[in-house]
Amino acid sequence: MSYLPYAVAAWICLVGIAGVATSRNLIHLAICLTVMQSSSYVLLLSVGYVKHGKAPIFKGTKLGTTAVDPVVQALTLTDIVVSVAVIALILGLALDAHRLSGTVDPDRLADISG
Amino acid sequence: MSWIPPLLVAIPLLAAAVTAGLDHITPRPVQDALVVAASAATTAFAFVLLWSTERREVVHWFGGWRPHHGIALGIDFAAGPLAAGMCAVIGLVVTLALLYSLTFLREAARLFDALMLVALAAMCGFAMSGDLFNLFVWLELMGVAAYALTGFQVERLGPVQGAVNFAITNSIGGYLFAVGIALLYARTGALNLAQIGDALSHGSAGGLVIVAMTLLLCGFLVKGAVVPFHLWAADAYAVAPAPVCAVLGGVMTDIGLIGVARLHWAVFAVPFGNGHAVGDVLLWLGIVSALLAGTMAFLQRHLKRMLAYSVVCHIGIMLAGIGLLDSSGLAGAELIFLAHALLTAGLFFVAGILHVDHGLIDELHLRGRARGCWALAAAWFAGTIGLVGTPYAGIYLGHGLIDEGATVIGRPWVPALLWLGSALAGAALFRAGGRIFLGWGDEDDPLLGEAIEEDPLEREVLRPLLVGVALVAVVLGVVVSVVPGLGQRAEYAADRFRDTSGYAARVLRDRPTSPPPSLSISIRHTSLDSLLYGAGATIVALGLAFVGLHRRRLPRAVAVAGGRTLAPPIRVLHALHSGVVGEYVTWVAVGTAVTGAAWALLLRG
Repeated sequence: MSYLPYAVAAWICLVGIAGVATSRNLIHLAICLTVMQSSSYVLLLSVGYVKHGKAPIFKGTKLGTTAVDPVVQALTLTDIVVSVAVIALILGLALDAHRLSGTVDPDRLADISG
Repeated sequence: MSWIPPLLVAIPLLAAAVTAGLDHITPRPVQDALVVAASAATTAFAFVLLWSTERREVVHWFGGWRPHHGIALGIDFAAGPLAAGMCAVIGLVVTLALLYSLTFLREAARLFDALMLVALAAMCGFAMSGDLFNLFVWLELMGVAAYALTGFQVERLGPVQGAVNFAITNSIGGYLFAVGIALLYARTGALNLAQIGDALSHGSAGGLVIVAMTLLLCGFLVKGAVVPFHLWAADAYAVAPAPVCAVLGGVMTDIGLIGVARLHWAVFAVPFGNGHAVGDVLLWLGIVSALLAGTMAFLQRHLKRMLAYSVVCHIGIMLAGIGLLDSSGLAGAELIFLAHALLTAGLFFVAGILHVDHGLIDELHLRGRARGCWALAAAWFAGTIGLVGTPYAGIYLGHGLIDEGATVIGRPWVPALLWLGSALAGAALFRAGGRIFLGWGDEDDPLLGEAIEEDPLEREVLRPLLVGVALVAVVLGVVVSVVPGLGQRAEYAADRFRDTSGYAARVLRDRPTSPPPSLSISIRHTSLDSLLYGAGATIVALGLAFVGLHRRRLPRAVAVAGGRTLAPPIRVLHALHSGVVGEYVTWVAVGTAVTGAAWALLLRG
């Protein structure tokens, strides 16, 4: 059991958050958000990984064949679908922001505060 | 009765699909009727569900995948009285908002209605879901619908900025939640909440579970706009159309808290149940939210921003009630949720009507403009009285139950702080009402910062309908504290919700509950302390409102000294709410780290 995948997942998550927090461009920011989310894919897949496990397709295989966990793969797929919807929306809003103000810098967009 | 829970999600989703898909061929009145009917039907079924949960949890296993020998195989909706009650309130508020938007957002067309129905379905699904990953999916679905609704008027920059801040901050919260799910699944191999709770009841919890709990609960606290995760709320609510604000502020923000409560009692109460470490952190987050947001509300001149901070303030009070971890506190939070959802929706409706009438949404610019609008004035002041918690109005009973809970568990200093929070938010609303409807106070107040004006709405609205909907919402909210038997039922629902092993037995092993006690149908009375607190909070709110209106008439020495002490902290507060999304995300990260560190120290030390 290696700790490396978990360390990688934590690193990707932190790098993603740091990117979102410091980004000066909404498109760049949306990509950072995807980076952050990919940490959960890495984490999920490493959670379900079994050494020498086959892909979880059971048609024609013997009972008792070792396979990796299919649940985490389903979760990862759902996770990707969910994030696509969110990212599409943010990119759409970034386009509108650019059309209205000529900038995609979130700091310069901030005309409401307090 | 197990066929009802899926209906609460299926009806609005189907209606949304029909509305969006047949947009170009069906005439407008048919569409309107369909949308309102779908929302009303969902509400009606939620009430039927509420009635049938009195004896047992109504559990629906999708595709008939029932648990075997206590192991969950499928995915379930499990509705107890609290979840069913939440669905009923959500349905009611969304129905009112849809009626309001029939003429208010005429040009916004059908996609608006479809998004509102999707949000309704997602909120109902979230309230009833018994599966951790499904909670995440509903959370994101309601998020996407809400971001789109916030940025609905894309022809202006404000809504786009508000929607961007809202979407990014909440997505970060959602992703923290997803990581937390992966960790809990790694530890327990289960996604069903009851099953996870079962698995964690064997052996010690360990650091991994603390990290998972931090990520999961902080994900919900971002949705719930709890300080310091609240910064997006005012930006989003200031720019969304009034009916959207009513749904976001009235019910969608609060739903994050139901997630906190559900996760705590279904999963984490077993490993961390002894002692108050988990609850105390929530309690303090709640108290800080109530006080800080109450103060921020008082410093606003934009009506919808003011209401947004008032929402965060009441969220704080509810979270504190949940953080007490006893039945009275949770029952108090339920009752505040109910009253606050209707009252907040009503006040947002009134703000929308003022915006239509005068093309303004700024307290100072609106000064004296609405003199003689008695119906609106009555709705505004009644709503404010309800939100302060004047004895036997609005959130009073909820406050009273939280007071009882705090006394029982030995935190007698909690009530005073929470009442102060609702008094501060109430002071802001009283001040705005006094200025707008009575023409009191000065025309200018540098304390409140720059004006943020919205474009006037040039709309043909059916004004009596808008006023009627606002009045209905406010009246329903104000009477919550005097509905006979409601307090007792809230306490019973809280008892059921807190029964962790009972929940697992009913969901996984289909054990019936013991028959409910016969609950009396009388007005729930509160302690004398709460009565005094409620009266005191009302007096403090009115007093502060008068000071806010007539600051110039204070003796000069007092005004100068007050200005000198208060100006620097006020400047800091304004600077913190900067509108820059990077800073919001930093606060989310810092808040999560600090919350997690506090839990790690308290739970392991």
